[in-house]
Amino acid sequence: MKTMELHLTVNGESLDWTIAPGELLLDVLRRQGYVGVKRGCEEGECGACAVLVDGKPINSCLMFAAQAEGRHILTIEGVAVGGKLDPVQEAFLDHGAVQCGFCTPGMVISAKALLDRCPDPSEADVREALAGHLCRCTGYLKPVEAVLAAAAKRKHKARRAKPVAEVAP
Amino acid sequence: MSGNRLVVGRNLRKVDGFKLVTGGAAFTDDVQLPGMLYGKIMPSPHAHARIRRIDTSKAKALAGVHAVLTYKDVPRVPHTTAGQAWPEPSPYDTYLLDSKVRFVGDRVAAVAAETRALAERALALIDVDYEILPAVLDMEQAMAPGVAVIHDEPDSTKIYDREHNIAGYILREIGNVEQGFAESDYVVEREFRTHRQQHCPIEPHITIAWLDADGRLVIRTSTQVPYHTRRQVAMILQIPVSRVHVIKPRIGGGFGGKQEMLLEDITGALALATRRPVKIEFTREEEFYMARTRHPQILRMKMGVKRDGAVMASQLTVLATTGAYGSHSTTVQGNTGSKVLPLYRAPNMRFECHVVYTNNPVAGAFRGYGCPQGFFAQETLVDEIACQLGMDPLEFHRKNVIRLGDTDHLSAQLGEGKEGLPRLMRSCGLPQCMERGARAIGWAQKRKSLPNGHTHLRRGVGMACTMQGSGIAGVDWASAFLKMNEDGSFYLQVGASDVGGGADTVLAQIAAETLGVTLDKITITSGDTDITPFDVGAYASSTTIISGGAVKKAAGKVRAQVMEMASKILNEPVDKLDCANNEVFTTCVCRQAVSMTDIAMRAMYKEKFQIMDGASHFNTDSPPPFCATFAEVEVDTETGQVRVVHLATAVDPGTAINPMQAEGQVEGAVAQGLGYALTEELLLDAAGRPVNPNFLDYKMFSAEDMPKLTTILVETDEPLGPYGAKSISEVPINGPAPAIANAIFHAVGVRIRKLPIRPEDVLRALAAKRAANLEEEALLTP
Repeated sequence: MKTMELHLTVNGESLDWTIAPGELLLDVLRRQGYVGVKRGCEEGECGACAVLVDGKPINSCLMFAAQAEGRHILTIEGVAVGGKLDPVQEAFLDHGAVQCGFCTPGMVISAKALLDRCPDPSEADVREALAGHLCRCTGYLKPVEAVLAAAAKRKHKARRAKPVAEVAP
Repeated sequence: MSGNRLVVGRNLRKVDGFKLVTGGAAFTDDVQLPGMLYGKIMPSPHAHARIRRIDTSKAKALAGVHAVLTYKDVPRVPHTTAGQAWPEPSPYDTYLLDSKVRFVGDRVAAVAAETRALAERALALIDVDYEILPAVLDMEQAMAPGVAVIHDEPDSTKIYDREHNIAGYILREIGNVEQGFAESDYVVEREFRTHRQQHCPIEPHITIAWLDADGRLVIRTSTQVPYHTRRQVAMILQIPVSRVHVIKPRIGGGFGGKQEMLLEDITGALALATRRPVKIEFTREEEFYMARTRHPQILRMKMGVKRDGAVMASQLTVLATTGAYGSHSTTVQGNTGSKVLPLYRAPNMRFECHVVYTNNPVAGAFRGYGCPQGFFAQETLVDEIACQLGMDPLEFHRKNVIRLGDTDHLSAQLGEGKEGLPRLMRSCGLPQCMERGARAIGWAQKRKSLPNGHTHLRRGVGMACTMQGSGIAGVDWASAFLKMNEDGSFYLQVGASDVGGGADTVLAQIAAETLGVTLDKITITSGDTDITPFDVGAYASSTTIISGGAVKKAAGKVRAQVMEMASKILNEPVDKLDCANNEVFTTCVCRQAVSMTDIAMRAMYKEKFQIMDGASHFNTDSPPPFCATFAEVEVDTETGQVRVVHLATAVDPGTAINPMQAEGQVEGAVAQGLGYALTEELLLDAAGRPVNPNFLDYKMFSAEDMPKLTTILVETDEPLGPYGAKSISEVPINGPAPAIANAIFHAVGVRIRKLPIRPEDVLRALAAKRAANLEEEALLTP
């Protein structure tokens, strides 16, 4: 079997892997133990396998692993830092947005990307960001509420954390 | 109602939530076993064929292929894949592998190979010579004389009439419907058609099987029914139950589709054949046509009413197809009668149903279990009758629906494949559901006037009332076991199967409330046949009421032991003690307390006593949860497009043990019900092949497609449920289709009596209405 070397960063860790040229990023990530990246359809429709590639949500079932050369990947395993949950994760728990949890990693990843890019999203923004994630359990209402609540919380925190000198010019 | 309850009735985080939001290794596929092989099933390309010759030599010769199984290699044991309590009411008409295939997607052979690609190549190398048989694809033709017999094998059992492809037949009557119709002022009869919806769990079916160090067959699997699966697999593979260990990890959604033993037998057979771990996972495409669907039905419903709207008689005649195998065939269809007709207090009811085999994908259990079809017919018909009588449909419902203290006698005749038990309404929040739902949608005002000017966009509002059950009376049962740890925490073991709905959390809340501890003091293991005691599994809306009942009983016994121990420490009689917040305290004014930790340490190291106990539980009644669904729609008269603007659902679940989770059950059911009503249909071509087995062409609602949702919990106190709880997960799926169909009528004056309601259906109905230029309702006969 032909193999190739792949160098990439996953959740901040610089890694060298040996892969087969045609392998999907989804398969390689799962084999390497990133099992929070879920296999739901393998055709880019359900969003369960979403990861951030250089900050952008990508369905890892639609990307060859080889295309991740030199890229920064964030999987669900890297969202909580040092055991501390991201506000999106906290909000998913507090708002009952997790049911079976199979689509949750993808939704959390896309919600995080949204809030990183757009700290003050409207409900329509949130629904658009989650539109690529099929969920059969929640009817989406609680995930949408959770993302909006996380945005509010992040904003509140950011305001409190700002040094006085920056607030008053 | 929650009064001084500290855990029950609270919106607490899911006990398994942390690992789910962080992507922990929680699901079946999240383990990697050394030497694991990839299994794959060869699907039949034909709807109906006999295998004349099957040559697996080339596949077996391929390097990396470890096993190729055909019907010649495995035991022939007739069984049902339905995960039901023994003896299963479903026909034993299925075989691990057979020399005949009965639908496109039926098993022809199975392989295990070192990689998925090798497994796929091996399948391509299997050479099959099929004798193609005439296929029966139209359920209306299935019973006709001279039609091909789908189950002509002599060893299948419990088939009602195999010569005519009838899997099951039901006829039940209470009172006398003919007399009831004769006494009615108006009698209306209509035909309704429902379709094939797929469960679409985001995690497809998956099973990993291996032999442990003792040579026992371990099956880690995405199932709702670990205990039934263990029993079935043991029977099919002809090994003792004691040699099978079924593990249910976290499950990525079931919705009834995993109340089936679908992959466990064949994966187990491959593991036994190879002595290696084997994984079989359905692809999304396979999930669509090789798993299960909702039963398509043709329903004729007839209702007779007095001039004042009182229902005198109702009659429902159903033709349903179960596809190629009779999984859940009579029980789903039985529900279409027994859970639907008794919503109205008619003295005369009749239900008749033929369930026929066809060479189509197999139908099975699906959230709602026959009720979505039945309520679509009944609630659409009732709306039509009310409109004809000039009555507000809400008023018609108020007048006729079942009430507190009523007895449903039809359920006594129609149980789980046999006679059932009468249902007594000990709690009923339906009146409040109707009032609060109506208020949420703005019913009174919108029924009178809607902002419909001279535009092509027309708005309307519609409603539906529905009910379900809470467990199968006299059949479903569960058990639970609890032991105390040294730190004053408790370990709860339940056979119940959390499939994502939050059962572990609800059961832990019930235990914590009973034991007077906080939720973090309960650790739970569920659905492992070695570790946990028996439970029938997650279906029939049974877990909260039945498994919860077992947990409450077991916790009550353990609590008594805790109190005994505390009594020794505090020197007070047990009846002067109470517990809450992780301590036991005296109820007198001096209020002395001892912590659960101290009680546990005393028990374990001084008294040498393990505080522990277990309990079993079942009910002889199945208290219905009730639901009122209200929809506001906007119909585009130029395109036929129906947009749901607002959907309000008011549900009586008894006590909501965790209201946030209960709401989530409602919202998820509503989303699935919206898809059922408008967009989701597994289509088959003229040869029985799936046309749209993917998420692009099979349209589920996304976050952007959802209407505004309002969820209202109308809590009641059910005497038969733990802390007054009934159930919630199924009932809200029944309402969206009829409520939307009724709202469409309100908006544009056409009745749609088929599902899903596609734009072309609406356009055709509008065109027909214009062409005929007559009242849609003209068939009301005095």
